[in-house]
Amino acid sequence: MSFYGLVDGSDSSLKKYLGGLSGVDQVGADARASMLATRSIKTTSKRWAIDTAISMVDLTTLEGADTPGKVQALCTKAVRPDPTDSTVPSVGAVCVYNDMVGIARKHLDLIGGSHVGVAAVSTAFPSGRASMPVKIQDTQDALDAGASEIDMVIDRGAFLSGDYITVFNEIVQIRELCGERAHLKVIFETGELVTYDNVRKASFLAMAAGADFIKTSTGKVAPAATAPVVLVMLEAVRDFYSMTQTRIGVKPAGGIRNTKDAIKQLVLVNETAGPEWLTPSLFRIGASALLNDLLMQRMKMDDGYYASPAYVTID
Amino acid sequence: MSNRIDVKKTYKLFINGAFPRTESGRTYEIKNAKGVFIANPCLASRKDLKDAVVAARAAHSGWNKASAFNKGQILYRIAEMLEGRRTQFVQEIVLVTGVTKVKAEKEVTESVDRLVWYAGWSDKLSSLSGALNPVAGPYYNFTVPESMGVIAAIAPESPSLLGLIDAIAPVIVGGNTVIVLASTKAPLSAMSFAEVIATSDVPAGVINVLTGKKDEIAPWMASHMDIDGMDISGLGAKSHGAVRIAGAENLKRIYSFNSADPGRILAFLEHKTVWHPIGL
Repeated sequence: MSFYGLVDGSDSSLKKYLGGLSGVDQVGADARASMLATRSIKTTSKRWAIDTAISMVDLTTLEGADTPGKVQALCTKAVRPDPTDSTVPSVGAVCVYNDMVGIARKHLDLIGGSHVGVAAVSTAFPSGRASMPVKIQDTQDALDAGASEIDMVIDRGAFLSGDYITVFNEIVQIRELCGERAHLKVIFETGELVTYDNVRKASFLAMAAGADFIKTSTGKVAPAATAPVVLVMLEAVRDFYSMTQTRIGVKPAGGIRNTKDAIKQLVLVNETAGPEWLTPSLFRIGASALLNDLLMQRMKMDDGYYASPAYVTID
Repeated sequence: MSNRIDVKKTYKLFINGAFPRTESGRTYEIKNAKGVFIANPCLASRKDLKDAVVAARAAHSGWNKASAFNKGQILYRIAEMLEGRRTQFVQEIVLVTGVTKVKAEKEVTESVDRLVWYAGWSDKLSSLSGALNPVAGPYYNFTVPESMGVIAAIAPESPSLLGLIDAIAPVIVGGNTVIVLASTKAPLSAMSFAEVIATSDVPAGVINVLTGKKDEIAPWMASHMDIDGMDISGLGAKSHGAVRIAGAENLKRIYSFNSADPGRILAFLEHKTVWHPIGL
């Protein structure tokens, strides 16, 4: 692997690469994110934003209580989010634990949803606390079951103790395992990384190691996808593009529950990385409750009056 | 010491237990009977209504599950708090409507008594409007009243305080949550009453108070899919037809009342029937 010519795979080259990154102005990032959050998106732009956001949703269920029935229901909803309205686009993917991947893939194909991907959370999700052979086997299981996207977690303990090469090598190994079969999303769990500098560092580390997407959080830790964190990651993919001419995707996950939050994310994307990123292949939103709110807002725009949660599915 | 600067009160909305300004930033002027400026209350917008519905919906399950005894106590607590601030309410009614102090005092007294009266209904509703039905089998068959959900109510222009209480209390005593639109001309009592609610152990979101134009907000209430019922007693008769048509689209129960009686409570209850085997 070439690592875009940025590092040669050695500890020293990685340290030099990460050490050369500029720091993040924390106050500036917070202020910029809150300023962008005040943008008002209305009428046709809002309608476009809602449909775009729906197509970017990674419809997620990551609970110990997940059953095959629940996953199948989720898949049905992913393909046809509003059964009464065929103009609503399908979501980007469903995101499940890897023992549910086979069930999800089979059901999606059965109901004409072969265009909807299946993302599997992998490498000892959500904590990432397992040995490398276990993480590899975990990923292999998901790939064998038909996952088209792998959402791996990084070893935050190693990252925070400065052992960047371990994190780097793990991502490289999982990337090799995915090969052409699956996209690789790397989850940082930004809520545990403490500083924006660390988020920027983790972003560049993961991108050089071969991530197709960088993802904020597992959804199990708060705070998750806060606006400034997403801003920092979007700036990282923008800067990475100017260095390598390669576009890496971004996936905020966790805490994005309503249409307003989702539209704020799209504004961040447009104003930071650029409109090229406003596509499901470069921007995804990991969420479960969000989809219902998007559908209700869409109904409101079509019908002219506010919808009720009683008219959308519970899960 | 006459050079002290007046401390003027800002009249805001009451949504989800907090006092926000309207998100629209709109206000309107109210004047007393002689045309003297009194205050700039909020002109609530459609989004304020939406926020209030979200709050009322979230509060419904908790309020609905509260025991009848507890709900009655809280209504009684509202009466206690109102009693303690009667001077302020009398002053505000006199200021805005120009009635005599004696008349205003009578209205406040009646308002307190009315709250106590509604509070008393809380633990009697299920016995009086429920039933134990005879069935052809070894079962008990009960019919019990249950709350409908989120109710929108429009308070009459006058009396501004007593009318407001008749819009709120019968709705919440049965376990519903309410969004009430206050008297447009005399909203001061309503906004001060919101302060009473805020200090009466009423859970946030159970009562939400908006001020604004009735003909503007009523159709939004009627067409909102997440409002289950509506009390349009305080809406001008000319607007009833349009509101009923908009409400029919989503099967909303819409009522208008002209007196305070238990029918106001029962209108927003649904009767549900349960079976229970005898001997278990």
